[in-house]
Amino acid sequence: MKEIKEKHSLLMRWTHWINFPVLAIMIWSGMLIYWANDVYTITIFGHTLLRFFPDWFYQLFNIPQRLAEGMAFHFLFMWLFMLNGFFYVLYTIFSGEWRELMPNRRSFKEAWLVLLHDLHLRKTMPPQGKYNAAQRVAYTAIIFMGIGSVLTGLAIYKPVQLYWLCWLCGGYHIARILHFILTVGYVFFFLIHIVQVILAGWNNFRSVVSGFEVVNKQDPTI
Amino acid sequence: MATVNNKKKKQELTVEQRINRRNFISFTTFFVVGGAMFGGWKWLFNAPEEAEGITAGARKPLRRALNKTELFFRRIFSNDHEVKLYPPSMAAKEVRVNGDIGIDDEDYNPDSWQLSVVKNKKETLQLSLADLKKLPKTDIVFDFKCVEGWDQIQHWGGVKFTDFIAHFGLQQQARMKYVGMETPNSEYYIGLDMESALHPQTLLAYEMNGQPLELEHGAPLRLIIPVKYGIKNLKRIGAISFSNERPPDYWAEQGYDYYSGL
Repeated sequence: MKEIKEKHSLLMRWTHWINFPVLAIMIWSGMLIYWANDVYTITIFGHTLLRFFPDWFYQLFNIPQRLAEGMAFHFLFMWLFMLNGFFYVLYTIFSGEWRELMPNRRSFKEAWLVLLHDLHLRKTMPPQGKYNAAQRVAYTAIIFMGIGSVLTGLAIYKPVQLYWLCWLCGGYHIARILHFILTVGYVFFFLIHIVQVILAGWNNFRSVVSGFEVVNKQDPTI
Repeated sequence: MATVNNKKKKQELTVEQRINRRNFISFTTFFVVGGAMFGGWKWLFNAPEEAEGITAGARKPLRRALNKTELFFRRIFSNDHEVKLYPPSMAAKEVRVNGDIGIDDEDYNPDSWQLSVVKNKKETLQLSLADLKKLPKTDIVFDFKCVEGWDQIQHWGGVKFTDFIAHFGLQQQARMKYVGMETPNSEYYIGLDMESALHPQTLLAYEMNGQPLELEHGAPLRLIIPVKYGIKNLKRIGAISFSNERPPDYWAEQGYDYYSGL
């Protein structure tokens, strides 16, 4: 028999779906800003493996010569990004939902088993709650990454007024690099997230829109 | 009995219906709100540019947001918040030159330079470099930050702007809200809020790495203001004026934030 099982709270769903376009705009406007001083590469032993970013990439997304525009968008949507994240974190703490979300003692070991399972290297997975161990690690990490983006962002935005924060982030130069790396992290998170959501199927996806999952349950009275 | 049974039956029947009902409400909301957000984005992205004035080149709503954000961050501005200082040995020997707007006249003769300080409509001070050098010299080694995103530790020396104000009796003018500065040919000009101009680390600089300024770095006199991006650090100051309205600002007319404070 089909049964409705409540899964995600209303606030979690709203903040999730607000964050998606807001973060996309932050990444896009961030690239318009980064272009003006695009010095980051991945270089090993003098070999540049990857340049952020190649010309074809800039052309594809129409990035060049838009620094002022990028800053104007970035410094508006930063407010939405921060407020939305703030509500989510506050809610997660006070509702107690953090208990199902934060990794516990077993999570890091189990996350490894989940990874092996997802890569089809292991048949079984340790029993999991609302979120499996890998999800706990990932969804908690992404929140700390978000906090990291806000802090490093503020450090490079107001390095004199918030000099102590800039110092905490390793100085202006390092803070800008960290801000960039965190953004690359979001892109990787997004790609894996999308694949996992597709693999998990409709019931799981729907729960992040409607809040519930449909489960089959034996009627105990029969 | 009958009513209870009925109720029970209804509940059992409605599991599927409840699923459909909640799906319908959720997904309708999802697409309506999603569509509204997309519409809002289209509106913002296609918003008309602001009317050309002291600021220009930005979308109207985004300019409003920049100005509001300025007000927020001006609340945390303090003279006690100073830029980090470095030992002179860490200063770059090859100091980056990023532009020559306003200082590219080929026939420019620095010997004829004078600084005009417009006290009011009737009174203008004409100062020579020697006049300024009579004041105590202040050195600063700090991480200079360009709006483009690069930074470089640089060593500058000159007169503190607050010393300059005090020495030349400009206290009255310093009570106004803004300072304007421009190159002798008026092609590059900046506006500063007074609190940033009066920050203890703001310099009218005539030295770099202990040597007289070179022309490409803004000789004879340039502004060094660590609480602002490089775009406000005007080279070759020709005139200084004071006002209660925002003075014209070269980059604010190109879509950049007027405040551009760090």
